[in-house]
Amino acid sequence: MEQCDYRSQDLPQVLVIKPPPILTFFEDKFISSKFQLLKAWESTLPLDQFLTTYAGSVRAVLSSADSPITADIIRLLPSLQIVVAAGAGINQIDLNECRRLGIAVTNVAGVFSDDGADAAIGLLIDVLRKISAADRYVRNGLWHAKGDYPLGSKLGGKRVGIVGLGGFGLAVAKRLEAFGCIVLYNSRKQKPFVPYPFYTNVYELAIDSDALIICCALNAETRHMINRKVMLALGKQGIIINIARGAIINEKEMVECLVKGEIGGAGLDVLENEPNVPEELFELDNVVLSPHRVVFTPEGFMAACELVVGNLEAFFSDKPLLSSVMDE
Amino acid sequence: MANEGTQEQFSSEELPIVLVHRLPSFKFPSKPYFKEHLLSHFHLLDPHESPEPYDSFLNRHAHSIRALITIGPNPITAEFLKLLPCLGLIVATSAGVNHIDLPACRSRGIAVTNASSAFADEVADCAVGLLIDVLRRISAADRFVRARIWPVKKEYPLGFKASGTLVFAETFNLLGGKQVGIVGLGSIGSEVAKRLSAFGCSIAYNSRKKKESVPFPFYASVCDLAANSDVLVLCCALTDETYHIINKDVIVALGKHGVIINVGRGSLIDEKELVQCLVRGEIGGAGLDVFEDEPNVPKELFELDNVVLSPHCAAMTPQSFEALFELIVANLKAFFSNKPLLSLVSNE
Repeated sequence: MEQCDYRSQDLPQVLVIKPPPILTFFEDKFISSKFQLLKAWESTLPLDQFLTTYAGSVRAVLSSADSPITADIIRLLPSLQIVVAAGAGINQIDLNECRRLGIAVTNVAGVFSDDGADAAIGLLIDVLRKISAADRYVRNGLWHAKGDYPLGSKLGGKRVGIVGLGGFGLAVAKRLEAFGCIVLYNSRKQKPFVPYPFYTNVYELAIDSDALIICCALNAETRHMINRKVMLALGKQGIIINIARGAIINEKEMVECLVKGEIGGAGLDVLENEPNVPEELFELDNVVLSPHRVVFTPEGFMAACELVVGNLEAFFSDKPLLSSVMDE
Repeated sequence: MANEGTQEQFSSEELPIVLVHRLPSFKFPSKPYFKEHLLSHFHLLDPHESPEPYDSFLNRHAHSIRALITIGPNPITAEFLKLLPCLGLIVATSAGVNHIDLPACRSRGIAVTNASSAFADEVADCAVGLLIDVLRRISAADRFVRARIWPVKKEYPLGFKASGTLVFAETFNLLGGKQVGIVGLGSIGSEVAKRLSAFGCSIAYNSRKKKESVPFPFYASVCDLAANSDVLVLCCALTDETYHIINKDVIVALGKHGVIINVGRGSLIDEKELVQCLVRGEIGGAGLDVFEDEPNVPKELFELDNVVLSPHCAAMTPQSFEALFELIVANLKAFFSNKPLLSLVSNE
């Protein structure tokens, strides 16, 4: 039998199909010492066979962008009672199926708000002021050969539309104000006590905005929400920053708009089919590309780890979960 | 912008005379039509647009020149000032005035105005952008993706293995909680402080003198500031006192994980020393908009992912050029109507 070298058989078992980034960094410190990790990715067996053979009594599973928990996988885990998301998103978890079967789901919401906000602003400044493009220009010896780099555009006075005003969106808004930007937003519902103008839909928001920053979760309503119509409304100088989920934007249409100059530029940490990047984007200097990691910081990872471990510990000792999503 | 009093069209001989001081290769920005707009307020004398030899042109007009605009880094020396006995105002079009002999101006009673306030927002935005870029490796990761390495390596290396465990490179850090030391808390430094405060940074500063109305801790020495900082942002003028103010001692005091952002002048930093420290990993990273010998950038920096290089453009957007134009005109008009100047460079 594979994988029978557990140090202690008394530790509660947690299934990991593919390691989330926090596990890669904090396995020794946090997780392994408290739980017995069933590491599906280390097995040579195909996943369904592995699960059927070894995961029959597994009650808890970790999930992240790389390891979706689909109805098919849930069916192979008859003892499953909790899915613990180990990253910001939960769109990869079949929530309906979990709800139907009474399987708890926890997230790490709130942990990455500041990290994400710093990153979003970094990308916005980069696209508007062409920082990465100018850095490339210098590294290619062109400052010497060709002289000054073309001008960027000022942040102050720009109307920035935040799509989704949760913890992350609010952290972005606070930073934008310090640059003299005018903050607008769209959310499922208007937020009381928030000083920024609310727009009922993304299209209206885009009409009034110079830039859009995507801060919402990916779900059925938000999939491909940023489409050609929205992008044309944003306009030729408009910038899109996405560090949420690639599929919130209709990527094919975005690429077309960028290539045709129908929008002004984009900063993208996420794409629809990572790590595949549409070839056309490599030609564009008004696009900043990031391999789905700009949000990550040691602090964020530590906090996420503590929340994951906290939820698992609460679950295994029948205590209230720290960050359950099932009430939404 | 109407002249004071009447709306009459003045003939150009009646408009105040302003000399344009520049090298032939440096011109007014073509947008927003600087020169054309200036001509509606002032009678511009530009020796490079006259067939007459430079010295002769200057000599002929010397006694009617009370104000000049200087464009580009062309020095204004004591010798040059001797040719203009009636000069009372120099309007610089850059934030820095290190190319102007300020003591000579002072002794001749010539006021100097700079343009920092026109650029302050832009330079501060760029300083923050460079800092986030260095800390979060934005440009390096963009290169990684563009080199098509992402599908091969599966993920951008976030850190390195230390004794068997993968750890973060220390500088992939949150801005919040970082101690930022601002060197020079003038108009640009203040805007940097305002922005970084919103990210949760703690601000401290060094300046020629402590500023009583400012809530941030003051350090009289840049070395002490560095010892208490995670990041240094250089926003001060280049003078004899600040030449190479960032030297080996300061860099060592800042420490292995420290980051330096320079949006002032290249020579604020002992560049040779900085490059060596970066190459040896004795400092965490740097974001540089200025260099000692532009546009030459030390080649060693091209190998480094913890350095972001910017071709001296932190100040420049179409919007800052508009603001610059308005500031230039406002200073000139104030001078010619004996009103207080807007952006007078204060005495050291």
